[in-house]
Amino acid sequence: MTVQELPGAAAYRPTPPPAWKPLTDPAPLLPDPEPYRVLGTDAVADADPELLLRLYAELVRGRRYNAQATALTKQGRLAVYPSSTGQEACEIAAALVLEERDWLFPSYRDTLAAVARGLDPVEALTLLRGDRHTGYDPREHRIAPLCTPLATQLPHAVGLAHAARLKGDDVVALAMVGDGGTSEGDFHEALNFAAVWRAPVVFLVQNNGFAISVPLAKQTAAPSLAHKAVGYGMPGRLVDGNDAAAVHQVLGEAVARARSGGGPTLVEAVTYRMDAHTNADDATRYRVDSEVEAWRAHDPIQILERELTGRGLLGDEGIEEARAAAERMAAALRERMNADPVLDPMDLFAHVYAEQTAQLREQAARLRVELDAEHGQDDMEEGR
Amino acid sequence: MTTAAATAGERTAKAKPATMAQALGRALRDAMAQDPAVHVLGEDVGTLGGVFRITDGLAKEFGDDRCTDTPLAEAGILGAAVGMAMYGLRPVVEMQFDAFAYPAFEQLISHVAKMRNRTAGAMPLPITVRVPYGGGIGGVEHHSDSSEAYYMATPGLHVVTPATVEDAYGLLRASIASDDPVVFLEPKRLYWSKADWSPEAPVAVEPIGRAVVRRPGRSATLITYGPSLPVCMEAAEAAVEEGWDLEVVDLRSLVPFDDETVAASVRRTGRAVVVHESSGFGGPGGEIAARVTERCFHHLEAPVLRVAGFDIPYPPPMQEKHHLPGVDRVLDAVARLQWEAES
Repeated sequence: MTVQELPGAAAYRPTPPPAWKPLTDPAPLLPDPEPYRVLGTDAVADADPELLLRLYAELVRGRRYNAQATALTKQGRLAVYPSSTGQEACEIAAALVLEERDWLFPSYRDTLAAVARGLDPVEALTLLRGDRHTGYDPREHRIAPLCTPLATQLPHAVGLAHAARLKGDDVVALAMVGDGGTSEGDFHEALNFAAVWRAPVVFLVQNNGFAISVPLAKQTAAPSLAHKAVGYGMPGRLVDGNDAAAVHQVLGEAVARARSGGGPTLVEAVTYRMDAHTNADDATRYRVDSEVEAWRAHDPIQILERELTGRGLLGDEGIEEARAAAERMAAALRERMNADPVLDPMDLFAHVYAEQTAQLREQAARLRVELDAEHGQDDMEEGR
Repeated sequence: MTTAAATAGERTAKAKPATMAQALGRALRDAMAQDPAVHVLGEDVGTLGGVFRITDGLAKEFGDDRCTDTPLAEAGILGAAVGMAMYGLRPVVEMQFDAFAYPAFEQLISHVAKMRNRTAGAMPLPITVRVPYGGGIGGVEHHSDSSEAYYMATPGLHVVTPATVEDAYGLLRASIASDDPVVFLEPKRLYWSKADWSPEAPVAVEPIGRAVVRRPGRSATLITYGPSLPVCMEAAEAAVEEGWDLEVVDLRSLVPFDDETVAASVRRTGRAVVVHESSGFGGPGGEIAARVTERCFHHLEAPVLRVAGFDIPYPPPMQEKHHLPGVDRVLDAVARLQWEAES
């Protein structure tokens, strides 16, 4: 039975509805079925050698950062570290594609993108160390706080980009989310708002295969996550997430389109999480070694290195230089992270409201008394 | 805030009956006129002027960019407002009805309430979330919830609720001017309550966080707010015949809570009843009764009593009169304040 055949249907709709007209957009909405690639293809001829070398140096540094942070977790210096090893190309491209005035909205796994954007490596880790939620001023770096709830930072990116445009600033917001995050309601609401408002936002989905243990096939029935763009009326792009040059190019086009008033883009970067979700996760329970090995052969650093050495842009000396720079970064990070942060318990009450409420003043006073008593005890034990 | 405060003389000269809805609309208008950073957004707030017409005329006067009809998605509305506030705007969002705000809870609790704290003060969010709340208007399911306890339980939010036309204007201006997020609860059954009030000469209201004694009395204190204030005022008048001289305290702000005004009143009267229409169990009354007991134990002649809605999902409109605490239920509680004398 169709709508027209339903009893009383004609009475409820005396005149036919006007024809529905889709929004016309010069960019096609449907992604290509195969992820876009640059490295190892003819497209690489157009790539800027300087950019490729910079991407390489950053990838090597990023990989080392992931390894160092993971080691710090094992040493108890970090409460947790969700490694992005294997996903460095997405992280670095996301950071390098933005201008200084643009904003980055990272998820909890995107420490590397924040660091590549210029954030102090130690400030980027305060959330994961557990001494401060956000160890930096988001406005100073134009990096939103690393976001732990899934996809909730996406509407923030939309609102910020919208506000910037209302103020006449040509600022673009790039928001990062994982494959699991695309199932959240906030993902939908953010993309819908962005498309309706034509907000200058780029959504980067890092599809790394698993939401903790749940594989993509159990996450979505869509042909690809980039396909979801069609329903919102924005272009969807599928890119090889281990191809730094390709991710940079696709994101670059999306950022340029957003900046020129062309509206948002959804980019799905197909990649793989080489490590477990975090140190608290056992990845052997849900994936097989052969799959991991297959992705290891498609390592983002290796494929870029092959390309650069094959074209004579990078030699042993260059490789050594990149690795040495990464080591220096790791050593400095290690040293700084080994120092215990100095915390003031009274800070607990300092930033709940602009002005402390009477209730918080009372509670702060109570904690003060407890702390003084503790110190008195310490002094006595130490014979002072 | 209430910079245009007038003297009482001017006020009397210009005042004519105005509704709470008009005062709220005027507050939004004046805030938008004064500060270009103030943006209003929500479902139906633009062309329609809001389902309660609070935002009527704002889109016309300030344009769609300042008063924006959004897609129907509360998490998206509030989430976008977070981003707008991050970029220096002062968004005022409308949640249309109390229970429609629930999809936005994660944004409210995980981001709006915490952003200042998460960023050690670097990124405060001056967002006002307008939530028409409460029953008594014959609304069907999901249109009459009193959700204040949920908001009160979330550190980082201010929770404000006016009960008079003057407060509606003053508190909304104060909320929009606040650098902290404010959940602004609008008692929708008082939208059409009237008072002599001049939009040209609004009266100054005390800063957020101050309760006010609406009716002085000696024999017991009724502690209330929002939609239950008129109920308590009526009960206080009726109680005179019974020999009770009731003091009525209007909290106006649930967070921060004005312990001083409340405790001072209860110390004077020695007896207290908390009156609200949201459910009693886990509700605001329990918190208030505990605070009063902690501060006034030696002054109390009877336990602090609560008159609240039943612990049931909000009933269908034909039954709501049984659920909502009315004058009789308040008077019954007042009678029970003789408990200690009798036992």
